Parts: sequence; structure tokens; C-alpha cells
Amino acid sequence: MRHLLTVSDLSRVTATALLDEAERFEQALLGREVHKLPTLRGRTVMTVFYENSTRTRVSFEVAGKWMSADVINVSASSSSVSKGESLRDTALTLHAAGADALIVRHPASGAAHQIARWMDAWAVSSGRNSGPAIINAGDGTHEHPTQALLDALTLRQRLGDIEGKRVVIVGDILHSRVARSNVFLLATLGAEVVLVAPRTLLPVGVDAWPARIAHSLDAELPGADAVLMLRVQAERMNGGFFPSAREYSINYGLSERRLALLDEHAAVLHPGPMLRGMEIASPVADSPRAAILQQVTNGVHMRMAVLFRLLVGTQEAVA
Amino acid sequence: MAVPEERAAKSGAAETSQRHTPEGVEAGRELLSASDVSRTIARIAHQIIEKTALDAGAQDAPRVVLIGIPTRGTSLAARLTDKIEEFSGVRPALGSLDITLYRDDLRTRPHRPLERTSVPEGGIEDALVVLVDDVLFSGRTVRSALDGLRDLGRPRAVQLAVLIDRGHRELPIRADYVGKNVPTSRAEDISVLLTEHDGRDGVYLRQEAQA
Repeated sequence: MRHLLTVSDLSRVTATALLDEAERFEQALLGREVHKLPTLRGRTVMTVFYENSTRTRVSFEVAGKWMSADVINVSASSSSVSKGESLRDTALTLHAAGADALIVRHPASGAAHQIARWMDAWAVSSGRNSGPAIINAGDGTHEHPTQALLDALTLRQRLGDIEGKRVVIVGDILHSRVARSNVFLLATLGAEVVLVAPRTLLPVGVDAWPARIAHSLDAELPGADAVLMLRVQAERMNGGFFPSAREYSINYGLSERRLALLDEHAAVLHPGPMLRGMEIASPVADSPRAAILQQVTNGVHMRMAVLFRLLVGTQEAVA
Repeated sequence: MAVPEERAAKSGAAETSQRHTPEGVEAGRELLSASDVSRTIARIAHQIIEKTALDAGAQDAPRVVLIGIPTRGTSLAARLTDKIEEFSGVRPALGSLDITLYRDDLRTRPHRPLERTSVPEGGIEDALVVLVDDVLFSGRTVRSALDGLRDLGRPRAVQLAVLIDRGHRELPIRADYVGKNVPTSRAEDISVLLTEHDGRDGVYLRQEAQA
């Protein structure tokens, strides 16, 4: 594995190995005085964010720092991007400045893939073994692989196993890279995935996804092992996708009444940031059924596992 | 240029005893039988009790913690803990420390999966830590473990127990408790089999397969 661009790159064996390694990192850090491992000492990890983010960027930064990498954060608004520098030039500049890994978030779908192609082409033309590892930290409405991995880890911890479990993903499927990555990764890991959304918030081609489509949340909650609520991505909406926030909330919000429809063991996930009162009621978000903060903690361990996989070892870099 | 790299690759692989194909092992010479292994573990347990004054019950006696280095060191540490309790009535705390994250050859060797790390109840602060591994070879695993211990806390002292010392040290490291000293050539490989991993106990010496 050279880059992590999409969950389709991950076989069931690799995905499970990544989940296991994230848990090993959790164990390795448990009960210790110093939250610092020397594993990536001397490596430089750069985050390049063309969109705002708290948890993903912080999570990668903490993961890198706990493994002793030098972590440098670049945000589009405070870099030469605001002067009109192209994506390719920015990426090549950061690599020339010494990046061993570029963690990229970009509003355009496929941006991370494109950077990876440029970097690999550059590595070949300059006669080097390899360029930097590219990690997709969210590209437009396409994918967010590390989020799907940390969600899978959280589900495995809450439910004991993912195989055969029913996961209901609710809300703005159309604009959600989290939904897309989760559907494909959870299917790879053997879960049964149900998508619940208004017709206007389903992407073209969703029928080909390994998931069942439904429109009534009330009907899907009984028997579900987990519910993954999505954020309504108003910033990506250029028209009316539903009549009003209130109506959306009544039809697709996870209220206390709906929480009662779930089985005792079922977990509630949300990738954040959450709009309390719209997608999820405040008492539900703060209930012990919700795994939202556990997702954040798992995010750090998961990203440590990904950095470990991509930056340590020789076999794939040479191949 | 190729020679040191090849040597490093060999030492790393052999030291962690990862390669245990039953056929290859059977072809080797038996160094310790199953009963030898259990007798050796019992002897090391007695030595640990004696050297750490575990059964003295003195007020200022240190708390003893056994930390196994995965994978076979962890099983050896668990067995030593049982024996020590059987002989002295005192059960030392038990932990395991995966040293992968502390290795100095991570960049030059293929990716390896992580093993379990568990810090014992009460930590290792001011404790007498006995590191346990199956084979002592270059000493680099032990060096990594010492680095790892430093991040877990500050033990009063650290000792080292190994089932086999096969020589070829690359660092100034020596074991406090040795089950058996086996002078080897670098072309030879030591395989430690333990019931927990391999279905039976035994230690074998064999010529390394030609690549």
C-alpha cells in the first residue's frame, strides 16, 4: 500500500489488519506516562487542508506527533493557495520541502487521486524510488477512508463484530463522502448496510452500491445494530433538497422517541460536526448509546495505524 | 554493501523467532526437549526468587514485575509468573511490551504487524522489572525494550531473562538469567517452540535455509 485514497483499495484482510493495529496502538498508549513513540522519528507529515476541519486535522496531527513525526499544517487560506497557486505546484512544493506524507482534504472529488498520480509520475521522471505517501482526508463528495475505518473500529468495539450486523446510515447520502466510504468498507467487512434518506439526497447510481435503500427511518430502527447519522451538508447544496430544516428533522432526525425504537445494544454514531436539534437531538447525542467521542478517540489510533502502514517498512515502497 | 544488509535481515528475523515451519524445525538438532524446557523455566523462576528476594517479605523489597516481549517471551513470562507463585507464594505482576514501535530498523525491513502491549496493574514505577524473551541474539530487541520501558515509567532496576543465549551481540547487553547458552554460527537458526503457539515445547538448532 503506497497511498490511502479510497476504501476500495482495502481488501477485507488489509482492512481488518488496520483495525487490529489501531487497537494495538490504543493498548500501547494505555497506562503509560509518555504518550510518545519513536516510530516515525525523522519523518515529516504535512496536512494540506483546502476545507475547514477540526477533528480530522487535529486527529492526524496528534497521531503524527504521538509517533514522533514532525507534523506541519498547511491551510489553503493562509498559504500561497490564496495567491492562486495550482494544486500540483503546491503539492510538489511541499514534497520538495521534505514531506514524507501529504494528508489532503479538498472540495473537489478525486483531488487526492490526482495528487498521487502527479507525485508518482514525478518520482518516475526524477528516477526516485518513491514520492510521498498521499492520504485522502476527504475529497469533495467522494471518499473519506480514514473516517470509514475509525467508524468500523468503533462499531467493532461496540458490537463485538461487524460481520452480519445491520448498520443504518441516515441523511444526506448525496453529499456525504463519509456515507460512500462507509457503505463500501462495511460491505467489505461483511455488514448489511441500509441507507435511509429522502429521494432528493440520494446520488445517481446508488442502486449499484452494496446497500439497501429505504425512506422511512421509523421502519428501519427496530432490528438495527447501529445507526450512523450524517451531517446535512448545507455548504454543498445549491438548491432546495428538502422543504425546511424542521421537516427534515421530523422525518430524518434521531429524536429521543426514535432512540427508544432501537434495540438496547444498538450504537449511535455521527462523524461530526453535528447539528444538534436537526439531525440528532441533544439528549441522544449526549446519551451513553452515542459513540461520538469514542469515534474521535478511535480516529487518533486509526490514523496512527494508517501512518504506520504507509510510512514504515520497505516492501511496498520498493515495489 | 550487500553483506551488512543481509546480515541485518538475518539477525532481525532469527531474533524474533518468527519462522517456525514444522518441517524445517524437525530437520534441526534438538537442544532442549519439552521436559528440558519446563525444567529450565523452573530453574529460572528459582533464580529470580533468589536474586530479587521475592519471598523474604522485607518491607523495602521491590515490587517485581515480569514483562514479556511478544510473542514467545510473553508466554515464557506467564509461565515464570506461575512458577514463581508456586515456589514463593508471591505472584509478580505480569505485562507485555511489543517492541516493534521502538525498533531501529523499521525503515529498512518489511512492514510487520504489531503485537499486544499491556502495562501491568500499578505500572512499573519503582518496580524491579524482569524482561523476558525467548532468544537473546544481537541485543537490539532488548535495546528497543529498554527504550519502551522508559516511556512506561521509571523502574528501580531492569533485569533480563532469556531461554536461549546464542551469542553474536551487537550491543553491550547481557542477560541476568539464561536458560541455556548455545554458541551458534550466524548461518544457524534457533527455533523455540512453545505449546501456546506451536502445540508443543522444544528448542531446535538448524542450518538456515539457503535463499
